[in-house]
Amino acid sequence: MTESFGSVGDLRSALDAGQTSSRGLIEHALERAGAVGERLSVFVDLQNDQALAAADAADARRAAGETHSPLDGIPLVIKDNIVQQGERASCASRILEGYVSPFDSTVVAKLRAAGAVVIGRANMDEFAMGSSTENSAYGPTLNPWDLERSPGGSSGGSAAAVAADIVPLALGSDTGGSIRQPAAFCGVVGMKPTYGRVSRYGLVAFASSLDQIGPIGRSAADCAVLLDAISGHDPQDSTSLPEPALTTASTLTGDISGLTIGLPREYFEAEGADPAVLETVRTAASALEAGGAKLVEVDLPHARYAVAAYYLIATAEASSNLARFDGVRYGRRAEGVANLKELYERTRSEGFGDEVKRRILLGTYVLSAGYYEAYYRKAQKIRTLLRRDFDAAFAGCDVLLTPTTPETAFRLGEKTEDPLTMYLSDIYTVSANLAGLPGVSLPCGLAEGLPVGLQVLGRPMEDATVLRVADAYQRLADHHLARPGDLA
Amino acid sequence: MSRIAPEDAKRVAELARLRLDDAELPAMTAHLERILEYVDLLMEVDTRGVEPTAHAIPLATPTRKDEPTGELTPEQAIANAPAAEGTAFSVPKVFDDEAAG
Amino acid sequence: MSAHPDYEVVIGLEVHVQLRTRSKLFSTAGVSYGDEPNQHTTPVCLALPGALPVLNAHAVELAIRAGAATNCTIHPTSIFARKNYFYPDLPKGYQISQFEHPLCTDGWLEIETDGLKSDGSKTGGTKRIQLTRIHMEEDAGKSLHDGRADQSRIDLNRAGVPLVEIVSEPDLRSAEEAGFYLRKLHAILRTVGVSDADMEKGQFRCDANVSLRKHGATELGTRREIKNVNSFRFVEAAIEAEIVYQADLLDSGGEVRQATVGYDAENDRLFLMRLKENADDYRYFPDPDLIPLVISQERIDAIRAALPELPDVRRHRFEEAHGLAAADAAKLVGAGSLADFFEAAVAAGAEPKAAAKWLTRDVVAWLNEQERESGDSALETQGFALAPAGFASLLGLVDAGRLTAKSARDLLPDLLAQGGDPESLMQERGLEAVSDSGALEAMADDVLAAQPKAIESFREGDQKAVNFLMGQVMKQSQGKADPAQVRKILIAKLEAL
Repeated sequence: MTESFGSVGDLRSALDAGQTSSRGLIEHALERAGAVGERLSVFVDLQNDQALAAADAADARRAAGETHSPLDGIPLVIKDNIVQQGERASCASRILEGYVSPFDSTVVAKLRAAGAVVIGRANMDEFAMGSSTENSAYGPTLNPWDLERSPGGSSGGSAAAVAADIVPLALGSDTGGSIRQPAAFCGVVGMKPTYGRVSRYGLVAFASSLDQIGPIGRSAADCAVLLDAISGHDPQDSTSLPEPALTTASTLTGDISGLTIGLPREYFEAEGADPAVLETVRTAASALEAGGAKLVEVDLPHARYAVAAYYLIATAEASSNLARFDGVRYGRRAEGVANLKELYERTRSEGFGDEVKRRILLGTYVLSAGYYEAYYRKAQKIRTLLRRDFDAAFAGCDVLLTPTTPETAFRLGEKTEDPLTMYLSDIYTVSANLAGLPGVSLPCGLAEGLPVGLQVLGRPMEDATVLRVADAYQRLADHHLARPGDLA
Repeated sequence: MSRIAPEDAKRVAELARLRLDDAELPAMTAHLERILEYVDLLMEVDTRGVEPTAHAIPLATPTRKDEPTGELTPEQAIANAPAAEGTAFSVPKVFDDEAAG
Repeated sequence: MSAHPDYEVVIGLEVHVQLRTRSKLFSTAGVSYGDEPNQHTTPVCLALPGALPVLNAHAVELAIRAGAATNCTIHPTSIFARKNYFYPDLPKGYQISQFEHPLCTDGWLEIETDGLKSDGSKTGGTKRIQLTRIHMEEDAGKSLHDGRADQSRIDLNRAGVPLVEIVSEPDLRSAEEAGFYLRKLHAILRTVGVSDADMEKGQFRCDANVSLRKHGATELGTRREIKNVNSFRFVEAAIEAEIVYQADLLDSGGEVRQATVGYDAENDRLFLMRLKENADDYRYFPDPDLIPLVISQERIDAIRAALPELPDVRRHRFEEAHGLAAADAAKLVGAGSLADFFEAAVAAGAEPKAAAKWLTRDVVAWLNEQERESGDSALETQGFALAPAGFASLLGLVDAGRLTAKSARDLLPDLLAQGGDPESLMQERGLEAVSDSGALEAMADDVLAAQPKAIESFREGDQKAVNFLMGQVMKQSQGKADPAQVRKILIAKLEAL
């Protein structure tokens, strides 16, 4: 079987009709993973035996008429920062070399309950710090559309796995765009839910107040199925919303008549944005207008401060979140240390990559005595102003439409020398994390042969709305069906 | 004017228990300098009277019942330990004067 | 010790109190003491990747209770913050505590300063000590130094155990006052069920900030912090030693340098832990894994209303309802569970004033003896083999004249230690008082016959002769006679001669 996966709905129908089996799907996925996945460096770990056993169990359930989830027997990959009981989890870092989690993350427990089959763990920027998947201890993942380009990051492995048709679905995590940006670069759909929608229990924290796990798939409809399965209140995460699991999949009607779409002026006037990208996004907006939506221009006056505020807040939280990696209780400890200070310093200096060290240093600096007010507190106040901007904008529209990234996938190595240029590739995505909004990126065409991402942002809690708009677009246009060239 | 000198970077590295060798220090300091320079953009925003936001979604922290549950066995607890003695983690000798807390 | 002649002593105390919960503050691991290392951990205690904290509701309840019992303002919104530092017993690399917005602030409690000689004379009365704040935080684990010489072992059973830190204003002026304050705080927290406050188990640990300044000076001197002392007597002794150290240093023209010191109780010596050259940089910031703790005014009011009777209130009640002397009432209430024992004994029929006297004098003496022998510092009645009713019946025997006070005092230690029925024990030991007046009169006649000189003295008006003769009769009765009855018989006989 070399053809690509159909939609999750089609797969389920094929399974129900006995045209294929879960074992067949998993074997196909593992085969692609071994071939294409290997070539693109998509995985840090494959779980062949466990996946095949889970597939057989799914087939047995189906045979017994006990299938009750749309994901039962469906293959997917998860990012290497989401823990599974009894499996390695490294966050693509040397410091977690050999670490095996004794517990399941809540999302993995939910997926297990739904019968979904994890086939492996996807590469990422170390501890989700990066926008290119180049900051991985395992080396970069390659973009399926152009092997010399980055798949984006930090969930680059997850997005590439879907784009390269290894699996129909993947989980990523998004702290400042880490699902949406690689989805854009790889021509797939990626969604960051409202903060608190999906439990963070078992997601290795980068910046706790910004991190969210979310789905990556071929279509908004597929993402909705996965989001529904992983969402819902979790008493083990204090920042989890006290809301039941979502049921967005059943609300994707394609109807956007009467919906008002805001186009943030600042985002279309941003310096350094590729005109071809902006043009493609405008074309997509027109398509939605033609589909019945109303377009309005809106202002986000503090948009230009978002990246600066984001990097202060995210690194401050990260500097503290990553203090636990000290070589005392787990992970890699530097060898031959003479005393405690050496144990800490050498373990951490040898275990963390440069970008992680840079962010820990920046975060430590902005929290340190004398700088807290000027940097950390200031950034938190900017965060308030950004939230107010969105509140004001959403008073006049239902969703915002923006580019996901200022440019299409950049070349590997292009931005590694200057961290700031890498940070600035997040200008369109970080605000949603700062304000806790749901946001989805979906392909809206190609620019010079590379996918362009269209971002839809919604009001907090309106995850269903952004998916509905994304799905409506995919009914109007078929850019999500475009595939990279043959990778075999 | 430089915002962060190599000595500052060293001091921060020590706080963060990272060791920057002399070869790394200049580049790391320069990167931090460049980022801080960019971040100065924020200083043009008047934030007087603006409340800081720590979390985007305003909620109150939930609590749980006071019931012991879900303990790992001591063997599980140390299963990932780079060094252990009995069921305890093992580290180079801890001296009281090293405590910062 | 009395106040220092040259310097005013300024002491502020920080007390860490373990809240009486079954599970930890942010982890569902059980709270225990003395188990094998790492017997009680979850992914949260170990700071495993992906683990997240969830707040223990009962710990919040107890922390509010602590604030309510110490007259604090309890804030409807408080914020958990991270205190960042690296230490092997601190798994996350930060401690979850409260910093800018603690749960409770601005409380106070009163200490009895009776018998306190702060200026060489008795001051008497009470003194109000202000509490700056009470905040919630998690405990650290333990470093064990029992294995190889170059290695330490880390046990995380204690990591994450819920604490409140209770910070006083620098209102205390002597080691003795510090001791009063700690005992009062200890009694309050135990009374309201916030903590077992077992000092042996580290459930009530004290850090003392001590500085000296010239009498009349308004600025505080440089302070040193005595860390982690876990008995009332040791805190007092450590502070005394610190005062001597600082005064000697200042006298010789030296300067106190800010430092953290430890107290070696065995040798009654302070030792330097570290100098605080620069302020520590803990990089406190709101914990992004937790959102603000919000408590409704209704809940605060309900917790206040449900507080059990506080020691001060109880003391007044003992004075008023039972007619106890202020000092006795204070001693009862201030000494662990003695007050409960007292009330139970009174309910079982003991005469309150006598019960109070016996408890505060004889029973406390016995407890102190036990404390010296075992090193246990809390005055506990749980260890009594004697039930309150048994104690009441012992007092009843004394009151009925069947047992002399002296004999009762002889029986008491055995009863407290082994229990048993006081009456049976009295009979077994042959200590029943001789109240048969015929026997007493016979003894009196014998004594009078043998002591003509004493009779002579009595006739010459020497009242002391009666005491001498009484002593003789008591001796003959082997202490079993009721002295008042003997006196009565003797005087009657002397006057009839």
